[in-house]
Amino acid sequence: MLLPTTQPRTIARPEEVERVTFDEAQEEEIRAILGRYPTRQAALLPVLWLAQQRWGWISPGIVQAVAERLELPPAFIEGVLTFYTMYQCRPTGRYLLQVCTTLSCQLCGTSELVSHLKKKLAIGFGETTPDGRFTLVSVECLGACGEAPVIQINDDYYTDLSVEALDELLDGLK
Amino acid sequence: MEPILLRARGEENSRSISTYLKLGGYSAMKRALISSPADVIEEVKKSGLRGRGGAGFPTGVKWGFIPKDSPKPKYLICNADESEPGTFKDREIIHVDPHMLIEGMIIASYAIAANVAYIYIRGEFVREAQYLEQAIAEAYKKRYLGRNILKTGYDLDIYVHRGAGAYICGEETALLESLEGKRGLPRLKPPFPAVVGAFGCPTIVNNVETLACVPHIIERGADWFAGIGRPRNTGPKLFCVSGHVDRPGVYELPLGVTFREIIEEHCGGMRGGRKLKAFIPGGSSAPPLPAELVDTGADFDSVAAAGSMLGSGGLIVMDETVDMVWALENLMKFYAHESCGQCTPCREGSDWALDVLRRIRRGHGRPEDMETLLRIARFASQGMTICPLGDAFCGPIEGFIKHFGHEFEAAIAKASPLPAKKLPVLPVRSGRGAFGI
Repeated sequence: MLLPTTQPRTIARPEEVERVTFDEAQEEEIRAILGRYPTRQAALLPVLWLAQQRWGWISPGIVQAVAERLELPPAFIEGVLTFYTMYQCRPTGRYLLQVCTTLSCQLCGTSELVSHLKKKLAIGFGETTPDGRFTLVSVECLGACGEAPVIQINDDYYTDLSVEALDELLDGLK
Repeated sequence: MEPILLRARGEENSRSISTYLKLGGYSAMKRALISSPADVIEEVKKSGLRGRGGAGFPTGVKWGFIPKDSPKPKYLICNADESEPGTFKDREIIHVDPHMLIEGMIIASYAIAANVAYIYIRGEFVREAQYLEQAIAEAYKKRYLGRNILKTGYDLDIYVHRGAGAYICGEETALLESLEGKRGLPRLKPPFPAVVGAFGCPTIVNNVETLACVPHIIERGADWFAGIGRPRNTGPKLFCVSGHVDRPGVYELPLGVTFREIIEEHCGGMRGGRKLKAFIPGGSSAPPLPAELVDTGADFDSVAAAGSMLGSGGLIVMDETVDMVWALENLMKFYAHESCGQCTPCREGSDWALDVLRRIRRGHGRPEDMETLLRIARFASQGMTICPLGDAFCGPIEGFIKHFGHEFEAAIAKASPLPAKKLPVLPVRSGRGAFGI
C-alpha cells in the first residue's frame, strides 16, 4: 500500500493576494538568494518559487511585489512566468496531480490511469474538483521513466502506479 | 563490471557524507587541490571522458577552452535539468551518491579556476534539490567548500538553482538564460559559453554524470578510466532502460556493450515474452532503430554508424504491439510543447508535423503526408535553428519513416478523405458586398 506523505498546497484566495508584502522571514530568504548571484535579475526564478511556496500561485499582485523588490518591469516578469510550466498563474487544488503522458509512461499504461482519474474526479485536464481538492494536469516527461507510469503530486513522485494503487493513494490525500 | 558511479547503491544512508568518506570519497579532491589546474585538465583529457549529457564532446578539451588570461570570474555549471524523455540517470546519481557529484564539481571548478558553481536542476526534482542542498551543507561543514578549502587557499561556493519546467533549459545556452532569470531562449553560438557564458563570463556547463566520473579519473588515473569501454568511447556509462522490458531501471555498464546484452541479460528480456520491434538508443531525440540492429554496440561511434545517437543513454524499448505512427505522434506532442518558439522552422515545423501525424492517426492521411513530414524534417534541421531542438524532432521523423515507413503507408492507405469544410456563405444583397460595403 502506498502511504502518501505529500502535504497539501496552501492556496491563497484571489482577494488575499491582490496586494502582498514580503514578511521578515521571506525578506531574509530573498537577501540570501540575492547573495548567490552577481545580478538581481538572476534571483527572479528563486523568488517566484518562494512566493509560490507561500501563496500557492502567482497573482498579478505578487508579480507587482516581486517587480518592486527586484526592480524589474512587471511585463518582464510576466514573460518569464508564462514561459515555465511550473509557476501557477491561477489558484489550483490542494493537490496538483501532474500525470506524465510522454512515451515511456504511455508504453506502461498511463492512458488507463488518465481515463480512470478523469472519470473518478469528473474533471478533465486543466480542471479542478469543485471541493478544491484536486487539479489534474498532463505534463511531459518527468525523468523517472524506469518506474513508469509516474504521477507527480505537489512535490512528490509516485511511481509504478496501477489503477488500484492510485485509488488508495488519492483516498489518503485529504 | 565493478560498479563505479553507482558503487554506493544498496549502502545504508548512501547519500550521507560519512558513507561517501567510508568508500574513499573526497580523496581525489585532496589530490587535485595539490596539483596544478593544468595537470587536472590534462588527466581528464587523457582519460578520453566524453560528455554524458548527449553531445559526447570531450570534457577535458571543453575545460581547455576557458581563456587563461581573462580577468573575469569563471563559472562551473552542473546541468541537472535531465528532461530528455527516456533519461533518468542523473536523478539516480543524486538519489544514491550526491557527494560524488559535489566532489567532481570541486575538482572541475578548481581546474577552470571558478570560485562559484551552480547546479541547475529541473524544477520537478524538488526532493533531489533537497538532497543536494543537504550534501552541500555537509561538505561546507567539513570545509570541503567555502573559503580556503582545507587550507589550500582555494575558495569555492556551490549553489542549487531550480528550473521551473522547460525541456529547452537542458540546452546549455538556454540554461544560462534561465540561470540569469530570463525565459529559456537558446543563444546563438559563437560566442561559446567557455568564452561568454553565465553573466557574460567564461563558463563551463557539464552534465551530472560527466562530473561524477571526474573523481574516479583523478583517483585511479586516466589510463584506468580509458581501459574501460572501447577506444574513443571510454569509461563506465549509465544506461536508463524504460518501456517494454522486464526490469527497467538504471544500469552501469562499459560503453560498447550491445543493446541485446542490455535488454536480454541485464533487463531480463522483453516484458510478457513479446517480441522486440524497435528501440530508441539515446533518449527521444535519437532516431529509433529496428530490432534487427539490436547487436549494435552502445557507444557514441557505433550508434552513430547505425544511423542514430547514443545521446543521454536513455534506451526506450518497444515491443511488437506498438503502433509506430502513434509513437511518433506522442514524441511530436512533446517537441511541439517544448519548442521555445524562437525559430520559425522549429516552432512551426514541430506543430505542423504533429498536425499531420494526428490526421493520419484519425484515419484521414493523405498520399503526400510522408513526403510532407520528410520535408519538414529537412527544413527544420541541420543549422536552420539556433539550438538543436530542431534536429531533436527531425531525426525521429526521419528515423521512424526510414525504418517503419510501411506502417505509415498502411495507415494512409486505409484513410478516408476528410469531409470538405463547408464555408458559410453570406447572403449578398443586391448592389452591396457581403460586408455591406
